[in-house]
Amino acid sequence: MTNSWTDIKNTDLVIIMGGNAAEAHPCGFKWVTEAKANRGAKLIVVDPRFTRSAAVADFYAPIRQGTDIAFLLGVINYCVQNDKVQWEYTRNFTNASYIVKEGFDYNDGLFTGYDEARRDYNRSTWDYELGEDGFVKSDIDHPRSVWNLLKKHVSAYTPEMVERICGTPKDKFLKVAQMISECSTPTKTMTSMYALGWTQHSKGSQNIRAMAMLQLILGNIGVRGGGMNALRGHSNIQGLTDIGLMSNLIPGYLNIPTEKETTFDQYMSTRGFKPMRPNQMSYWQNYKKFFVSFLKSMWSDAATPENNFAFDYLPKLDVPAYDVLRVFELMHEGKMNGYFCQGFNPLLSFPNRKKLTTALSKLKFLVVMDPLQTETARFWENHGEFNDVNSGSIQTEVIELPTTCFAEDEGSLTNSGRWLQWHWAGGSPPGENKHDTWIMAQIYLRLKKLYQQEGGAFAEPILKLDWRYKDPGVPSPHELAKELNGSVLADVPDPNDPTKMLLQKGKQVVSFAALRDDGTTACACWIYSGCYNEAGNNMARRDNSDPADLGTFGKWSWSWPVNRRILYNRASADLNGKPWDPTRKLLEWNGTTWTGDDVPDIGPTMKPTEVGPFIMNPEGSARLFTRGMLRDGPFPAHYEPFEAPIANVMAPKIRGNPVARVFKGDMEQFGEAKDFPYAATSYRLTEHFHFWTKHSQRNAAMQPEFFVEISEQLAAEKNVKSGGWVRVWSKRGSVKAKAVVTKRIQPLTCDGKTVHIVGIPLHWGFIGETKKGFGPNSLTPYVGDANIETPEYKAFLVDIESIPGPVA
Amino acid sequence: MNMELSRRQFLKGASAGVAGTTLGALGFGDIEAAYATSIRPWKLANLAETRNTCTYCSVACGIIMYSKGDLKKGEKAQIVQIEGDPDHPTNRGTLCPKGAGLLDMVTAKTRTLYPQIRKPGSDKWERVSWDVALDRVARLMKDDRDKNFVAKNADGVTVNRWLTTGFLAASATTNETAWATYKVVRSTGILAFDNQARV
Repeated sequence: MTNSWTDIKNTDLVIIMGGNAAEAHPCGFKWVTEAKANRGAKLIVVDPRFTRSAAVADFYAPIRQGTDIAFLLGVINYCVQNDKVQWEYTRNFTNASYIVKEGFDYNDGLFTGYDEARRDYNRSTWDYELGEDGFVKSDIDHPRSVWNLLKKHVSAYTPEMVERICGTPKDKFLKVAQMISECSTPTKTMTSMYALGWTQHSKGSQNIRAMAMLQLILGNIGVRGGGMNALRGHSNIQGLTDIGLMSNLIPGYLNIPTEKETTFDQYMSTRGFKPMRPNQMSYWQNYKKFFVSFLKSMWSDAATPENNFAFDYLPKLDVPAYDVLRVFELMHEGKMNGYFCQGFNPLLSFPNRKKLTTALSKLKFLVVMDPLQTETARFWENHGEFNDVNSGSIQTEVIELPTTCFAEDEGSLTNSGRWLQWHWAGGSPPGENKHDTWIMAQIYLRLKKLYQQEGGAFAEPILKLDWRYKDPGVPSPHELAKELNGSVLADVPDPNDPTKMLLQKGKQVVSFAALRDDGTTACACWIYSGCYNEAGNNMARRDNSDPADLGTFGKWSWSWPVNRRILYNRASADLNGKPWDPTRKLLEWNGTTWTGDDVPDIGPTMKPTEVGPFIMNPEGSARLFTRGMLRDGPFPAHYEPFEAPIANVMAPKIRGNPVARVFKGDMEQFGEAKDFPYAATSYRLTEHFHFWTKHSQRNAAMQPEFFVEISEQLAAEKNVKSGGWVRVWSKRGSVKAKAVVTKRIQPLTCDGKTVHIVGIPLHWGFIGETKKGFGPNSLTPYVGDANIETPEYKAFLVDIESIPGPVA
Repeated sequence: MNMELSRRQFLKGASAGVAGTTLGALGFGDIEAAYATSIRPWKLANLAETRNTCTYCSVACGIIMYSKGDLKKGEKAQIVQIEGDPDHPTNRGTLCPKGAGLLDMVTAKTRTLYPQIRKPGSDKWERVSWDVALDRVARLMKDDRDKNFVAKNADGVTVNRWLTTGFLAASATTNETAWATYKVVRSTGILAFDNQARV
């Protein structure tokens, strides 16, 4: 989230699209209710299902899953056509006026440079034209300005086209577009609340970009009650992402080097991030300070200037990332031997379950650490039709390690709004359960001992890992949090006054502003720097005062970065630094400095007329045109899901996202609409959380049994009774379920064809208090987003038939 | 919070015998007041309270966990009740149907309780000690790493990666656990490293 949960109360219009906050994030949704009740805010819900969010919306519009880009570009087109643009914001704070290179174009659903054989683009023309001074040329009236290219790009998405693709009736679309467009005034603000309904598509990144672009031209980024608010799913998935527990990440969104970046200098050479416009901060210019401080936090004294701070200790990637789809593909090919699952249940989480079971069966060993018994740990156990395997033929050794759960553990979690909140342990672990930190330490110490005793492959990074904890067998949460914050490793004299110290050895750094690239500071995760400094554990702060009564809560816990509550908050003020809306003031320029009740997202004395608000971008502005930074286009474009009930009406030859990665054999496993005529989607219920609450008796009592939802019309066509049994199958698998026949799902008309939707909730497995059941991942296709490989769970094809129920 | 008193302070007041006036000011009738004074102080006097965060979604509602026995005093603590934290700015004491069932997740019959190993081809678990389990994990890791570690790629470039073992990290562990996990996994050269963020 750019903003926080509590900030939602400041909005004028909430759009929930690509999510269902009332059911998936109920207590966060209360802030929508607060805005409606106390501010007169309106709520729009756009969703294939009439959800509980829709039930309390001021306006609901249906949409076919997987067509959000067409809808959103349609809204942008509406705003352009009707001059509903926050012009001062768009001109000054976005790249609307920048001139794009000659040669860039978009035709027949493809941008310039497509190579069908590689399923990839040559993105060289997707960039700005530079002037002789080395800066980007700017002229909004130029025919190749970003604005003029955008205008042309969205012009195809007329209300008629939106209806044809999305199935949203034109009058409903126009009502939504009109309500949104009213937020183009500087004093009206819309907030976007989205979740996996946007990410779980083969073009998930572009779904989000489309809304971000709309929010930018409306001037809604960086302001109270505005923003792009990703409602993260799990309690610390934001933290796990921030700390970079991903194939290609280093904490704080730095990158693991590739094998083309063989030296430290070569790696740094593409990370200079020089300003592209005069006077801009381009904050990533500090990359080296964060990177070196990270390497010091890993290998301490073994990371020296002479060995480039142990740059060679880092593994080098040969592919963009070993994401889970790639990893299970490799497992399926028999190329993986070992796998660890820490609090994760991939057998129910990843697509194409049959493929997953085959893949896990080819492992030599699987280690599962979890507070609960998971299906993954028992993938080899026969549970009849719910897990129909032959244990004797599965040669995988499985080791299950029992862990504590939240109630027995201390530390911080990062919420969706970037608040790091400390919590305390209140219960004793049951059985022999141990903290994950203890388990990781024990594995590490044993591995280290083996390398000390036996030697072996490149042992240095293991032997020299900085592990100087008071009790090496159990690093404490406080010790680890202090490493995340960072500390000073050697005295640094003040360059202006040698009698003073700039930084004193052994102290915690106050924030990332103190980090250095010479090895005198260590910091595990630069964006978390400030969370646990000499002032103490700021994450444990519990002062819930809110002096301005605007939902800031600046002394409650600690928010990254540097306790900033709203990202890009400098954009809440106009070019001269005056708040767009004085009643919702965030920051104001007083002639010499920025003032306000949030930490400024800009240098505190940087003049508003000179320095742009988007300080992480070398442009200083936000991007409507994203250059070559995303694989599938500098603008979003409509592509159908890989399995879609109709062809792409804008480019009929293109299946799915033209650059999404498809592994050999998976393309053949995509179904066609003629064989699988119904558009299926997956989702969560109010009463359950993924596959965890099925272990909880209360939640199991509330929603005990797997079901699928279909419309009354489809039920009549297929002779299905509510409460009767159905079989639902895709090209990859089949499930049996009870049918819920509902008015909540209505057929849509897309490109002249009736499209029926089948809704499949995801909470069942074969362990726990609920009845045994199936999940959508038995059916879903093995393909992910073109940029970050989030699997396409939200839009796929199935067939359905009525079947006799099981004999009781 | 707009209230002058936090709920905790309020209840402390109630247990100290000023309940009559405080409750009266809030418009409680006599019966409710008597009921509250008889029940609530008992709960606070006999149970330890601990602040925590709901483990489910990323709204991160504040919760109060009540336990028999106090972990902070080195006692064995059994959690008997979990409710929303009224002082928390986001949820203001409320919980959703997921969070309202938290206690049953803590005490679930299907919690893992001791290390177990399932041998190749077997159809059952065998209970083992932590030492046996952890030694086995370290041995399996080392053997695979030593056999398959790639120090240089085909072009002779130093790459120092280990691709035959992967690690799927959690989504509800603390940042501190995440960092400890990161250190251990990265030091081995594992690249098949991912978490729930992607799904």
